[in-house]
Amino acid sequence: MEASAVGGMERRGSVYERIRCWLLTQPAAHDLDHFKGEPIGKKVEGVRMLDRFNVKKSFVGVLYLTATHLIFVDPESKKETWILHMHILSAEKMPLTTMGSPLQIRCKTFLSVTFVLPKERDCQEIYTTLQQLSKPVQLEDLYCFDYTASTEEVQKHVGWNFFDLQAEFQRMRVPNDAWSLTLLNKDYELCDTYPRYLFVPAAASTTVLMGSSSFRSKGRLPVLSYLHTNKAAICRCSQPLSGFSARCMEDEQMLNCILKANPNSKFMYVVDTRPKINAMANRAAGKGYENENFYENIKFQFIGIENIHIMRNSLQKLLEACEQKGPTMNNFLSAIEASGWLRHIKAVLDTSNFIVQAVQEGVSVVVHCSDGWDRTAQVCSLASLFLDPFHRTLQGFQALIEREWLAFGHKFVDRCGFLAGDQKEVSPIFTQFLECVWQLTNQYPCTFQFNERFLLALHDHVQSCQFGTFIGNCEKDRLDLRLHERTYSLWGYIANHMNEYMNPLYAAEENTDVLVPNLAPQNIRFWRGMYCRFESGVHPREVMSDMLLALCDHSSSLEDHIRLLTKRIDSLKAKIDSKKKSGETKVEEKIEDCVDNKTSYDKEISEQDEDVFKDEKVDSLVTVEQLASELKSVAVEWKTLRNVRECNCSTPFDHFSRKCHCWRCGEVFCTRCIDKHTALPGHDSQRAVPVCRTCYKELRRTFSVDSA
Amino acid sequence: MEFVELIKTSRVDNVTLHTHIGKPVEVSLCVSSHHLILSARKEGVEELWILHQNIDAVERKPNGMVGGTIVVKCKDFRIIQLDLNSGYEKFVNVANSLEWLSTLDNMTLLYPFFYRPVYNMLEDGWSAFKTESEFSKLLVPGSNEEWRISYVNKNFTICRSYPSAVVVPKNIDDETLIAASKFRHGGRFPVLSYKHEGGSVLLRASQPLAGPGVKRCKEDEKLVNSVLGPGKKGYIVDTRSQSLAQSAKARGGGVEPEAHYPLWKRVQRPIDRQAVYLDSLSKLVDACNDVSCSIDKWMSRLESSSWLSHVKDSLNCACVVAQCIDQEGASVLLHGSEGLDSTLLVTSLCQIILNPDCRTVRGLEALVEREWLQAGHPFSLRHKKSCYSVGGSSVVPGGNKSGVIKGQQACTFLLFLDCVFQIHCQFPCSFEFNTHLLILLFEHSYSSQFGTFLGNCEADRERLELSKKTVSLWSHLNRPEVLPSLMNPMYEPNSKVIWPSVAPMSLILWRELFLRYSSALADGVSTRLKAASENTIHLNVKDKELRSKAAKLRRQLMELEKEAIEIGVLESPTSALLAESADATTGGTEEVAKNNSYP
Repeated sequence: MEASAVGGMERRGSVYERIRCWLLTQPAAHDLDHFKGEPIGKKVEGVRMLDRFNVKKSFVGVLYLTATHLIFVDPESKKETWILHMHILSAEKMPLTTMGSPLQIRCKTFLSVTFVLPKERDCQEIYTTLQQLSKPVQLEDLYCFDYTASTEEVQKHVGWNFFDLQAEFQRMRVPNDAWSLTLLNKDYELCDTYPRYLFVPAAASTTVLMGSSSFRSKGRLPVLSYLHTNKAAICRCSQPLSGFSARCMEDEQMLNCILKANPNSKFMYVVDTRPKINAMANRAAGKGYENENFYENIKFQFIGIENIHIMRNSLQKLLEACEQKGPTMNNFLSAIEASGWLRHIKAVLDTSNFIVQAVQEGVSVVVHCSDGWDRTAQVCSLASLFLDPFHRTLQGFQALIEREWLAFGHKFVDRCGFLAGDQKEVSPIFTQFLECVWQLTNQYPCTFQFNERFLLALHDHVQSCQFGTFIGNCEKDRLDLRLHERTYSLWGYIANHMNEYMNPLYAAEENTDVLVPNLAPQNIRFWRGMYCRFESGVHPREVMSDMLLALCDHSSSLEDHIRLLTKRIDSLKAKIDSKKKSGETKVEEKIEDCVDNKTSYDKEISEQDEDVFKDEKVDSLVTVEQLASELKSVAVEWKTLRNVRECNCSTPFDHFSRKCHCWRCGEVFCTRCIDKHTALPGHDSQRAVPVCRTCYKELRRTFSVDSA
Repeated sequence: MEFVELIKTSRVDNVTLHTHIGKPVEVSLCVSSHHLILSARKEGVEELWILHQNIDAVERKPNGMVGGTIVVKCKDFRIIQLDLNSGYEKFVNVANSLEWLSTLDNMTLLYPFFYRPVYNMLEDGWSAFKTESEFSKLLVPGSNEEWRISYVNKNFTICRSYPSAVVVPKNIDDETLIAASKFRHGGRFPVLSYKHEGGSVLLRASQPLAGPGVKRCKEDEKLVNSVLGPGKKGYIVDTRSQSLAQSAKARGGGVEPEAHYPLWKRVQRPIDRQAVYLDSLSKLVDACNDVSCSIDKWMSRLESSSWLSHVKDSLNCACVVAQCIDQEGASVLLHGSEGLDSTLLVTSLCQIILNPDCRTVRGLEALVEREWLQAGHPFSLRHKKSCYSVGGSSVVPGGNKSGVIKGQQACTFLLFLDCVFQIHCQFPCSFEFNTHLLILLFEHSYSSQFGTFLGNCEADRERLELSKKTVSLWSHLNRPEVLPSLMNPMYEPNSKVIWPSVAPMSLILWRELFLRYSSALADGVSTRLKAASENTIHLNVKDKELRSKAAKLRRQLMELEKEAIEIGVLESPTSALLAESADATTGGTEEVAKNNSYP
């Protein structure tokens, strides 16, 4: 979470806005009125933070309320707990105890803490403020509209243009003979929850498209989601408005066009991801499912993924299983089982697998659920992930989310509960998708370019509203809100933190095939890293993935350094040799050097290849001082990550805090202390790498000396 | 008894073999003295060799005169099905042979007595971990150490299950030991298991024979009290539940009466008796093998097997004991009832937690040797049968009069290995060995070409002359050809005590072991996991190479620089800068030693 000052407060006066203004304009009644750049609205001392696992132990410290965060600082251990208001799922005042007034806070990141405040009045005040701040009434009040990336080196516009739907389909070679782009939805008139650009069978006429759209719930007609290399397609839509007997010629033609767009199969599947009973119940409301008798050559298939309400309750039970006090092994296992969570995860994976099997056999599939933006989004995106290696890269995964979730209108505002309102619309659909991906990474440890930290970061940032990327329920909403002008994009942030999210075991040459995971129940695991993330005691004490990541960084630093060393050695050798051979031509050579040096400087920028001749000349000007500073600037040995309890700034590390090495001195720091990137003299490539603040200053100093 | 009598049909062709992966294949079946061999007789197709000792259960399903089906279930959890259709007689002969050969009582007929390695042994594993050398640090003559080796049991008469040499307090003479042994179940008087760096010690014994009254034994009291420093108190940790300890009294066993052991605080950390482990394992393995069940069913079967509960209880007890020793600096006397199972489980786990040496390959071998083999865990008895023949459903054929004693078969050692696996998962860089070594130990403890795990105690092993007639597993594992495959590429020596989490969410199913013959790891899952660990090795090797290359190049550059300055190609720097640059080059290598960086 980034600490950030909040500026620009002159907007309309919603309750939320008033509280925020009040917080910001509170007179500095306390000795400390800024906390790491955040103005403090309220400060309560003598607050106790309870430890669920260790009832006897509790931390006493200071609670700060700022405009964006609730911050608890334990002066003894220097541990800081930062809670972003947008992450708060619920705040609850518990009955008074002898110690004071307890306030329990549950977060969307699955952090759950209880603070005991000495005075009930303070507790009440914080409670009511949090109630307001964690659930704004309107979208304009979300964090992203105030967030300024003060600590980041990213520009506001960066990331918004990374992904483009047309380019994404071009990658699949669409448009082509069978599939074409339609502009019918360019003003969101055909379907306001779909993207502007839709890809449909080339054979489908405007009448067919419009007719089909009018026969589908919310106008979400069948459109192309993914086209496989064998011409089998995955199309997505919402349920038909068939009721008990209604039919629509255009919709029937539409499905037939989809079937015909694939010359390799005589039939196709229509997959209804709902349980049959749910689909039947929908018929009474004039909706329902396709009648196999009306549609030519379709095979209809119910799968049985449960609806958003069951998923919400299941997650609730799963979290309760994790929060049991002093559970036995059997208590825990049976509570996990009773939550049904893993069953739902498996159902989503099984469905995706079914679709993938069909596509691999050359059969096209049309997928829908009720509205086609929850279960359909899950299984369509997973099916693409199974089929297309590109989507298993960092870039490709973001492109997948852009396409299947953002463009096709997964209702992030409603499902994540960004605003105060109907909590029945909230459901962990996207979380389930991330978990399914995590389950796959367990079986394919070298096939995904990204790591678990990336999935967790995605999950948290979807909920944080810090970036505009996930604001709004569909593409039209995002356009209306002008998010790309007013907010930062998460993709820009990710691009700047790429090295944290890399899977060190990723082997691009192994990421070529269609995934065929083994979905036996024994292989579906509980995701401790997500749901027990903040129980720091239950995780492995040595994090393999972090150690491997550090190892890879270290290797890459050394490779770069070795390239430079080799160059220096070669040039010194050449010099010594030439000196030994002839002392007479020395003067001439020197002139040549100077001339060449100017030109080769330009060359270095334009060319990547190493030119021995050029290098020799560049290095002619190397001085002993320069060599020394080059050697000094690269740490050959890095400090081990083990047993590093805290950063130099004395911030304690726990399981999920990323520990970073300074590439210059090799010491370990927290992310806050290693926010500087700069090129090291000892690296050949001169790319910017992470360094600590001390080293940064040191490097700056030598640079300025050099230039002077 | 000759093998010929037991093998009436030694070869059957056209047998259909079903395994957990792939399609059934046509093979030839051979029954040799020690192996069941299944061969497709094709180039490039691997033969399957199964030691008879590995066979846990043989199930037969006759199919009239055609023959029938034999299901062979192994102690390493493998299950294969063989369809024989060359006549009823051959079917019966083969099934009989497999049953007889897998339940041989005469240990000298087992494979280790016939196995001759084709490679040279550098080191004899039989003498690698002698008590004298293992405790050498404690026993330096003239040092202040208060321990000595007693050979009071050299003829195994005082305690049948103890080794000939045991470590006891220096000021306790053999007579006292003999007297104390009469007060302990099976004669297992308190001996030293481990001495922590802080000075506190871990003793183990069996339950005292206090009985329902308050029988006492002054010598036993003297023995245990002698390990306590002045003014110090110790803990007696009992691995039985209160009720079990109470009911043991009625049978002459029980607990140390508090009145007579005033310096000792009694603590109970119940772990289930070894008798239930096998049942638990059996349920777990059945659940693991059933990949077609629903996820709810799987979860409830995993739960009802209670295997992970046993893991949790064992680790929990070990942590409590380790806490007493490390954090309170108190000595601990540990026992259950016989002191052969849960006691050894806890003392060995404790040492994994406390003692960094035990986390190396040699250290683990030494630990197994000390705390399991020499300490008298009855491997032959416990591992006679395993999870597939639990409940005595398999037929014990005639000729084996002793057969299987109910309740004596257990998988305590496997439980220990699983607990080590759990700690390994939580501290993946603190162990020199990888988890493959744990699986190897599991396999060899049940069936092996090596003699290490034969017999129930040192007395048995001496009688059988194993060190002369068989090869030690340690000799094999410590060969330079084998050792690298047991190494953990991520190892960084960790001199600290490692405290594992015993929270339920921290404990996981040991997939690589329990699912390896289930189709859950088929479809290339295990291949891909292997590739991942190879990648890990590759990354480590690469980094190591880069480091030494960088250091080498730096040195070379410095030399060239010097030369260049000498001949005047480079300008000589100010002396201050020269010193600085020298610092930068050597700094790296010095830091290695200082910071214990990436090895």
